[in-house]
Amino acid sequence: MAEERRPKQCTVVLPTESMKAMAESIGVGQLQEESCAALSEEVSYRIKEIAQDALKFMHHGKRRKLTTSDIDHALKLKNVEPLYGFQSQEFIPFRFASGGGRELHFYEEKEVDLSDIINTPLPRVPLDVSLKAHWLSIEGVQPAIPENPPPAPKEQQKAESTEPLKVVKPGQEEEGSIQKGQGAISAEAKGKKEGLMRMKPRSTHELSVEQQLYYKEITEACVGSCEAKRAEALQSIATDPGLYQMLPRFSTFISEGVRVNVVQNNLALLIYLMRMVKALMDNPTLYLEKYLHELIPAVVTCIVSKQLCLRPDVDNHWALRDFAARLMAQSCKTFSTTTNNIQSRITKTFTKSWLDEKTQWTTRYGCIAGLSELGPDVIKTLILPRLTVEGARIKAVSEGPVVSNIDKIGADHVQSLLLPRPTLTVSQSGIGGSGGSRSPSIIKVPSSLTLMSTRPGTPTQPSPPATKYIVMATSAGASSTQQVLDGSLVITLSSSSGSSVTSTVASATSTLQPLVKLESRAASGLGGSRPLQKYIVVSLPTSASSSLESKSGMLPPSSSSTSPISLEAGMKMDHTGCVPNGTLLPI
Amino acid sequence: MAAVQDGQLNMEVEKDIKTEITNDGSGNINANSSSPGSTSSGGKSKSPAGSGEDQQTLLAVLQFLKRNKLTESVDILRREAGLSADADDSPVSDSAGAGSGGVPNVSADGGDANSLLSRVSIATPFAPPATAPPKVVAASGGEDQPDVNVVLSAYSQQGDPVLYPLYYNGLKKFIESVLDCHRAELSQVFYPLFVHMYLELVYNNHENEAKQFFEKFSGDQECYYEEDLRILSSMSKKEHMKGNETMLDFRTSKFVLRISRDSYQLLKRHLQERQNNQIWNIIQEHLYIDIFDGMPRSKSQIDAMSGSLAGEGKRDANKAKVFYGLLKEPEIEVPLDDEDEEAENEEGKPKKKKPKKDSMGSKSKKQDPNAPQQTRIPLPELKDSDKLDKIMNMKEATKKIRLGPDNLPSICFYSFLNAYQGLTAVDFTDDSSLIAGGFADSTVRVWSVTPKKLRRVKSAADLSNIDKESDDVLERIMDEKTASESKILYGHSGPVYGISFSPDRNYLLSSSEDGTVRLWSLQTFTCLVGYKGHNYPVWDTQFSPYGYYFISGGHDRVARLWATDHYQPLRMFAGHLADITCTLFHPNSNYVATGSADRTIRLWDVLTGNCVRILTGHKGPIHSLAFSPNGKFMASGATDGRVLLWDVGHGLMVGELKGHTDTIYALKFSRDGEILASGSMDNTVKLWDTLKAFDDVELDDFTAATGHIHLPENSQELLLGTYMTKSTPVIHLHFTRRNLLLAAGAYNP
Repeated sequence: MAEERRPKQCTVVLPTESMKAMAESIGVGQLQEESCAALSEEVSYRIKEIAQDALKFMHHGKRRKLTTSDIDHALKLKNVEPLYGFQSQEFIPFRFASGGGRELHFYEEKEVDLSDIINTPLPRVPLDVSLKAHWLSIEGVQPAIPENPPPAPKEQQKAESTEPLKVVKPGQEEEGSIQKGQGAISAEAKGKKEGLMRMKPRSTHELSVEQQLYYKEITEACVGSCEAKRAEALQSIATDPGLYQMLPRFSTFISEGVRVNVVQNNLALLIYLMRMVKALMDNPTLYLEKYLHELIPAVVTCIVSKQLCLRPDVDNHWALRDFAARLMAQSCKTFSTTTNNIQSRITKTFTKSWLDEKTQWTTRYGCIAGLSELGPDVIKTLILPRLTVEGARIKAVSEGPVVSNIDKIGADHVQSLLLPRPTLTVSQSGIGGSGGSRSPSIIKVPSSLTLMSTRPGTPTQPSPPATKYIVMATSAGASSTQQVLDGSLVITLSSSSGSSVTSTVASATSTLQPLVKLESRAASGLGGSRPLQKYIVVSLPTSASSSLESKSGMLPPSSSSTSPISLEAGMKMDHTGCVPNGTLLPI
Repeated sequence: MAAVQDGQLNMEVEKDIKTEITNDGSGNINANSSSPGSTSSGGKSKSPAGSGEDQQTLLAVLQFLKRNKLTESVDILRREAGLSADADDSPVSDSAGAGSGGVPNVSADGGDANSLLSRVSIATPFAPPATAPPKVVAASGGEDQPDVNVVLSAYSQQGDPVLYPLYYNGLKKFIESVLDCHRAELSQVFYPLFVHMYLELVYNNHENEAKQFFEKFSGDQECYYEEDLRILSSMSKKEHMKGNETMLDFRTSKFVLRISRDSYQLLKRHLQERQNNQIWNIIQEHLYIDIFDGMPRSKSQIDAMSGSLAGEGKRDANKAKVFYGLLKEPEIEVPLDDEDEEAENEEGKPKKKKPKKDSMGSKSKKQDPNAPQQTRIPLPELKDSDKLDKIMNMKEATKKIRLGPDNLPSICFYSFLNAYQGLTAVDFTDDSSLIAGGFADSTVRVWSVTPKKLRRVKSAADLSNIDKESDDVLERIMDEKTASESKILYGHSGPVYGISFSPDRNYLLSSSEDGTVRLWSLQTFTCLVGYKGHNYPVWDTQFSPYGYYFISGGHDRVARLWATDHYQPLRMFAGHLADITCTLFHPNSNYVATGSADRTIRLWDVLTGNCVRILTGHKGPIHSLAFSPNGKFMASGATDGRVLLWDVGHGLMVGELKGHTDTIYALKFSRDGEILASGSMDNTVKLWDTLKAFDDVELDDFTAATGHIHLPENSQELLLGTYMTKSTPVIHLHFTRRNLLLAAGAYNP
């Protein structure tokens, strides 16, 4: 195991240049090469020796981190004067400098003005050591209190669900009560069962009285009428660390809820339930894989069901479909593996019903929405080729004899979903052929204005139909309008010509002359590491934006994770985003 | 007992050895085993000292004393040892004649010889401290190494450096080709051989060859030797070898291997056929091969026992009888009014309790056959307050929860907040009323965890005004103004690494990096004594369960036994090859266990000062020890994250508990010994079913005799629970008298 490391151990020796540098620092100008070599070997050995001793002090100090005081103590052991002035709790502020072919790490010694120190007010006295007691376990069961860690860490949940047959590793046992049960079983069956295969631990999800109360409150609030309460409950689901035990209940609650409410066409409740799913997914301590078999059917139902509300012509069930489609995409991204193949199974399901001639418009909408959320590859390979067919079908409905109002609305929505928008093309020029060779990709901007404004990605109430952008990155020069900024970045707004239905767009294209500039400003949030952040500001002329208002969406900041717009520009940029209405996006 | 026999040895080697002996009569060189034609079995010479080796050591000591002009000590020693005045004049001839059998013999009667030595080194207990020089004798195995040059000179024999890899490879090929049953056993030879060959190369200034040799073969060594290999790899020059402790350990102590007779014969034949003298020499000089008859051991058996710095313990090392039983409890009559009190609290119950108490009393009346004599070591008299405490203890014990797999203890965790990684040691009092913490900033802090605040005794002037006849004089002497929840004790000048309350809660011991052990009064919260003796950091200290005595151990590799009223140690336990990292008294106070960075645990007899057990099997420095309440078993935890269980009486490993992923700093048995709690750096407390662990072990006569134990494979079945803290390494555990588990550690955000 350590074969690769060991030879290294044997040969790690300080470079002779260091010896020279040190000699120079104390005034010895010409140090011979041999002396340097001999010195560096000796010094390396001594340093290793001291480090080994220092390690002892670390162990006895019951720490995991070696500190400068450990080194001091180790030096003391060897009757060497310790180094003064290196008292540092966390790290030693070594600085790096290079120049003249030399590289140096040095410790910056500042000249300190004593009067400054005297005049500065005394720092706050650090808090004194204090003692606090809590219950780590009560009769073998760890209580779920803030002092204790969440019952099952996410990695463990993941390991349990992805590798169920692996022998339970030590430290992964869920808790005493389960162990107890196991112990009793194994004790009974010890005689005969030993040597046979190891049984998968039976996990129970007993809820304490408090947990039962919590569950009741939360579920009631989630589907209740008070929006404030619901927000609080969802917040709790999304953040509380101790929900692991309740997860099976929640998932059953959701799947049963969807089943019942689809039949009853209760749109509001379906939305609430989907928001619960979203909250569960957002909880950083939960790993949902084990419960996908309940959650996915529920979500898919909300995407493709023929009817989700009592008045399909009036209610905005489209928003729910969009929202659920996004959930679906998110779970595909998180949980799809080569073994469960969630993404491909889902894709197949959507495609199959989309291809079916008899599929209703509602389902058709859902399928397309679902597919379009699954990423640029899916859009490219599955949606784009069918645009013509779909366009013809829409035409047939809209221009043909009026069969039913519902069909008409459905077709409209599918149309607006598929409708290509003025595309924002972000591409690169200037840097050789690399910019040009990039393959085009499409992302769908997955939101409508109203949804975005309140809470990104959450349909708070039925809202007007979502309008979308398709942003396409094409190679530079292929687009009609270009604006070069700072030499290397081109942001182009053009209409895509991939579809037959281009009526509305054509007019818009001509009027759009986006103003694009690059701005740098100090980072907000967690400063320090990234001193500057660059933004591309894309602002549309007011006339254009007003004409587009109903349709113009914006790229949500989060889209950077899904969006393939990655600018490999010559400048150092991390992320990029474009906003058509003069909004800033971090680069 | 088998001796390493050898017929063919080239003269060159012999010459070397001879010169060594003349250089120095020190007991380190047992290489005189190689005198050809010697057939006498063992080294049982006729000398009163018992065996040849001991005699030799004695003589060496005498010479040393003479050289240092300590004639008085020489006389004393000579008288004690019963040696004639002229015996030491001819040490060379003596040793050459006597020690012929090859294997240095600590034979069945070796214990006597040892005790003789120790009698010399430490006069009768509690006598005024023995003269200083004998102490040096005891410590000679540790810090004051004989003469480095002499030690090193053993490497001076020249072999062709180019051939070393060939030799090693040849042996490797041979061992790989032997039958499976022998392979595991013979593979043990690799590591010590590798080390010594490497050191020889380095010593003879073949730096590059040494490096190549290391690179080529270090990968083959067992992974648990990695630490040592790292140290070894840093040594690439002869100058480095001087003063390097690890190197000296390798050289001065023979690496002990246990090999079955068949396997050994195989190896010997191979080496002799090949005329592979280089390897044979190393085996002869630096290895101690403990040969046993019977089946060769399996790989897992070997792995379980190996890992220490100097191989396994010799089988004979664990033969001495250990009185592991408990001392008889003094009979204390429980006052009747206490019973009434209880009757008030819970009616009906006292009836049940009475017979219980009687049975407890009758049990303690019988003398445990395994227990030492009540007066084997003098113990302090019980004071009235102690008796009161005992009564309290018994009362609490009746309310004790009976633990078991179906009845796990509750755990109360005491987190030290704002300690900034500075908490280095924790201890609870037996009645769980006080908690003390040692800190890296040299302070010791004591907290009261009961509503009763900590108060200081009034000043002397104020005390003189107190009416000494009044009933509540004990209350009156306390100064109410000083009442607080915690007190800070200043005095040390380095991090405090060990801390221990006295059983009567009047004193607190702390040991520190500054080399001192301090005794603090918990009445006045001042330092009473600073015990100086260890000149290096003292890693741990521990009070005896009966008070008065305490043990300390540290970087100087010597454990010292002290009495609180003596400023010099009563006993010095030398023998460990690296730092002593933890110390613990046996419940009967007659023995002391020490764990060390050399990855062994030793058990020392307090009376004689002998090492009575050497327990090997850990693969990392040992950081925690615990005795079961009945004194029969011991548990130990190390940096390798494993807990090992030991049968003290037989000196055998009886269990291995795997599960922790980092150093185990805390171990404790429940009050009835049914459950073992372990706390580790990996932020977990684990509970283990020890009753089952000890039941599972089948101890037939064969395993008891050979020490080759088959460990149950699956320690997971013994794991009863794992409790994670948020981010707090567990550094101390304590069971209250009612079997509530207390844990402590510093929160580390």
